[in-house]
Amino acid sequence: MARDNSIIVEKLVREFKKGPRAVDGIDLHVAPGEIYGFLGPNGAGKSTTVLMLTTLLPATAGSARVGGYDIRTEGSKVRSVIGAALQEAALDPLLTGRDHLKLQTMLQAVPKAERKPRQNELLDRVGLTEAADRKVRGYSGGMKRRLDLALALVHRPSILFLDEPTTGLDPQSRTALWEEVARLAREDNVTVFLTTQYLEEADVLADRVGIIDNGRIVAEGTPAALKAEIGRPSIHVTPVRDDDRAAITGLLERFGEPLGSERDLAVRLREGMGLVDVIRAMDADGVVVDDIELRAPTLDDVFLAKTGRTLEGAAAEETVAPSAR
Amino acid sequence: MSSPLLTQVGALAQRSVVRTARQPASAIPPLVFPVLLLLVNAGGLKVSTLLPGFPTDSFLAFALAVPFIQGALFSMINAGTDLARDIQTGFFSRLSLTPVRGSALLAGQITGIVVLGIVQAVFYISVGLLLGVRFAAGPAGIALLLVYAALVAIAFGGLGSFLALRLGSGESIQGLFPALFVFLFISSMNTPRDLIAVSWFRFLATINPVSYLIECVRSLIITGWDTRALALGFGLAILMAIASLGAASWALGRRMERT
Repeated sequence: MARDNSIIVEKLVREFKKGPRAVDGIDLHVAPGEIYGFLGPNGAGKSTTVLMLTTLLPATAGSARVGGYDIRTEGSKVRSVIGAALQEAALDPLLTGRDHLKLQTMLQAVPKAERKPRQNELLDRVGLTEAADRKVRGYSGGMKRRLDLALALVHRPSILFLDEPTTGLDPQSRTALWEEVARLAREDNVTVFLTTQYLEEADVLADRVGIIDNGRIVAEGTPAALKAEIGRPSIHVTPVRDDDRAAITGLLERFGEPLGSERDLAVRLREGMGLVDVIRAMDADGVVVDDIELRAPTLDDVFLAKTGRTLEGAAAEETVAPSAR
Repeated sequence: MSSPLLTQVGALAQRSVVRTARQPASAIPPLVFPVLLLLVNAGGLKVSTLLPGFPTDSFLAFALAVPFIQGALFSMINAGTDLARDIQTGFFSRLSLTPVRGSALLAGQITGIVVLGIVQAVFYISVGLLLGVRFAAGPAGIALLLVYAALVAIAFGGLGSFLALRLGSGESIQGLFPALFVFLFISSMNTPRDLIAVSWFRFLATINPVSYLIECVRSLIITGWDTRALALGFGLAILMAIASLGAASWALGRRMERT
């Protein structure tokens, strides 16, 4: 019988003492073999959700079934079907990569005869064969993340939780990890629940995206569908002089709704309007600009449309006033 | 399928030993510092043996018992700090996501401490023999001493684990070190209790369990087979082991808040 590797969440809540609701009644349905991107700024509730779904933190209310098992009453069964790489690679700096895999294969009850082949297979898969016998304290951030992923895969889980797996990684390491995650879903039918604060990561990797803000899911769908919901492209203008800002803003508002961007002057184009119309109007009014750009909708636009803030701005707010945990 | 308990314990104990072996800054002080203190005391306090009623004419033999308890204190702090660091770094959460049983986690940690406790004991005994100390209880007494060292390691290891699980911070554990060392200094480590002239000090040394832990070791070195000292030492060590392991198990249950 095929294993049920779906994730079903209903009205899941987590409250912390003297704090706000970190997760405030979320509903989710992740299909088997799907890569689900959970996107949101720091402190939005992403990691708290992962901790609850991996049974490491009891839920205050609501329910969830992971791999067909109830996270509240069947914790050990949930743990037997999931793998997890939580925020910050939790590795022992004094052990080697191979030591970690040896420990993990023993604790995960991999049969003795299969332990070494499994360790070698995973080291090879994540490209750490040469570094296998070096202590982890000498690993780069990317190597640690790849080892973390290998450890999560030791017992061949059908569901994988990755909590901000590429935070702090260089572009090359990030791409390598994306490829491995995509391969797991495509070839091994592993369901992947991935939290991220990177728009590009969710856009490139996820089959579907859930956007969370202040503990609530504010949008959900495929990246394409979410962007299509926003629909129209935006125009972004950088003035030559600050004195021109008012005039350019007035001109742009003839073509669309202002976006409130902090970096440049921007409007979401109204139906039937295009870049050519804006340039013609500028030419007619004698307005000179430093740069003008037409942008297709991004997930940041979706976040902005749903919350009134950009993801980057929300992250900055969190840095100034992190929510109480 | 869950991993058999012994496999889990073995894997975690091996990690504990490997970790200690790979950080000389943790492994060497429990061996060297107690011996250095022993040599300093043996030189400076040798005159104490002239006191009427002092049980031996070798202060080295008298004081050799102290490193066993000092070493156990060092190991307790190191083991507690390591466990607290596992909690801080998330390694503990990684273990919590495996089918590992709480009892295996604790047993693995303690087994590692016991192995190191026995290594320390062998080292102290070897130093004593090299410096000319003759063990009054003979080879059987030395063997019993190793068993006792393992028991004391369990008792102190349990306490270190409890503190780590409750405090969850390596710095807090290290901060407790001086406080725990006070127990050593207000014991009979340098003078037999019946020869302590200051009454309040003699009282504190008498109610301090560390005195009896030291006197148990001392009896095997300088007296021979002293049933009372052995019963008190082993009895206290067993009680401490039961209490500390019970407390650590409780704290582990709270910390491993898995559903």
